[in-house]
Amino acid sequence: MKSRFVMEFERPLVELERKLAELRELNVSENPELAVEISDLGRQVERLHEETYTNLAPWARVQISRHPDRPKTQDYVDACFDDVIELHGDRHFGDDEAMMTSLATLAGRRVAVIGHRKGKNTKENLRRNFGSPQPEGFRKAMRLMRLADKFALPIVTFLDTPGAYPGVEAEERGQAWAIAESLALLSGVRVPVVVVGIGEGGSGGALAIGFGDRLIMLENAYYSVSSPEACASILYKDAAHACDAAVSLKMTAADLLHFGIADEIVAEPLGGAHHDHEAMFSAVGERVNAALNELVGEEPTDLVEKRYERLRAIGVFEEGA
Amino acid sequence: MLFGVVGSRNENRVRMPIADWFKAREDRKYTPSEQNRGSGDVPDGVWSKCESCKHIIYEGELAQNARVCNYCGHHFPLTAPQRIELLVDEDTFEETHAHISSGDPLEWSSPKSYPVGLESAREKSSLAEAVMTGRASIADHPVVIGAMDFRFVGASMGSVVGEKVARAFELALAEHRPLVLSIASGGARMQEGMLSLMQMAKTSAAAARLADEGVPYISVLTNPTYGGVTASFAVLADVIVAEPASLVGFTGQRIIEQTIRQKLPKGFQTAEFLVEHGMIDEVIPRSDLRAHIGLLLDYLDIPGGERS
Repeated sequence: MKSRFVMEFERPLVELERKLAELRELNVSENPELAVEISDLGRQVERLHEETYTNLAPWARVQISRHPDRPKTQDYVDACFDDVIELHGDRHFGDDEAMMTSLATLAGRRVAVIGHRKGKNTKENLRRNFGSPQPEGFRKAMRLMRLADKFALPIVTFLDTPGAYPGVEAEERGQAWAIAESLALLSGVRVPVVVVGIGEGGSGGALAIGFGDRLIMLENAYYSVSSPEACASILYKDAAHACDAAVSLKMTAADLLHFGIADEIVAEPLGGAHHDHEAMFSAVGERVNAALNELVGEEPTDLVEKRYERLRAIGVFEEGA
Repeated sequence: MLFGVVGSRNENRVRMPIADWFKAREDRKYTPSEQNRGSGDVPDGVWSKCESCKHIIYEGELAQNARVCNYCGHHFPLTAPQRIELLVDEDTFEETHAHISSGDPLEWSSPKSYPVGLESAREKSSLAEAVMTGRASIADHPVVIGAMDFRFVGASMGSVVGEKVARAFELALAEHRPLVLSIASGGARMQEGMLSLMQMAKTSAAAARLADEGVPYISVLTNPTYGGVTASFAVLADVIVAEPASLVGFTGQRIIEQTIRQKLPKGFQTAEFLVEHGMIDEVIPRSDLRAHIGLLLDYLDIPGGERS
């Protein structure tokens, strides 16, 4: 799949490719020098292609994680799961479309799926706040966590949010309370919890459904204490430093693996997951299923205890006498 | 005594002795002129300016009133040691886990080195980190208490704050002592990245365990409490109270204005606003906090503790 959306870090490459395409349209037989130029430029394009897509900088990965054609929660649910029944509403205030909760079947196993849901177009994104949940989104997620706990359904979550919605009404309805209660609840559910970072993992809004017994990160997904833009505007007093903040925050999948927060990384096609949706669906489905296979045999009390130990072990500090 | 809170009611307040007042007049470098008064340029340690009503207040007087403005009731910030002294029975505090200090796991250097920032925070506050925890008693109830100190990197939560708070929950659980936390925070500590974010889950998990055991937890929200601290252990208490006019929320006001371009309602995110929206139990003036928590513990701290 060739995407038309050009990310900032791809621009020099796309420019050069365009130039090459233009030259190729000219008549080479009339101008033999042109043939040499074309082959030179061809080599340049090849080299730049490799430079652009290997050893991606954190900021480039952030752009890929936000690519409009990147497979989203709904795509994974549709492709990897059967017999999906979506559940709606938080039973308090409303139904937040930025949070998807479903009963679904993965490779014959019945599970509960919770995920941030971005839209595929502007119209959908306006309804879904670009994947930023309101408090009712987190409360809906909590409903599903309770239900999963009650009926012994393993939980699979998909992270893809820039963060919890930063609005007046969200504050009035207790955004912080909803997130905190979700954290407390998720820490104690007596079923396996497998988390997949598929795109953006923005701050508390991601964390509310973003920890458990396994964390699988897609190669170009990020997970961060703050968006690079917010970090830049707070610490650098200038959102234009987002590129630097993305480096400093150590928010890539590889960083998370290094800190022992993520367990595994799912490789993406060169340039990002949007280049091959089918490959991503099968890889993600397989890895989630493998993680569940490891976890489902565990005693519920052991699961909860291990999850607690896992959280307790996170942190770097020195302890003196 | 760090400052002279004698009893918890206004009638017990000790007025500044007149001799002190004259002494202070001699000690001070200059008399604040009308010109200086508006600029907030007040000599250190003798006079403070109330940021709410702009009155210039004698430090000794402020100290004797638990750092509450005599003129308008504005609550000045308290340090963690002052906060603990305010809340616990005299001489009952015994600090725990005092010697845990932050590393620099992200090797954070720009725009400012994290270790350098930590060092200046330590110097400024004489504290090892942004939270102080320990055992104490409140109205004769043995408790575990913790207080956050905004002077220390904005009382942001990194690995150490998360660890000390988690241990406070675990200590309360192990000893079946109610937990009282006085909270202030700018949120998660950016300079520890994901390790900071995960402290939200860690502290919330510890809070959930304490709740499961039926050990009471009371949180006191003070100005300001934001971000990852609000959205984790701060609001998981059985009873949540806040000091008057404290700002408490998830997203900061500047960010909300910038991203949503909404006009903020009057009193938005104040403690009073939170009571109105059903998010906290009560606004309690500082002078009444100890007595109020004591009474709450009379209800919640059941002798024998353990429930079958």
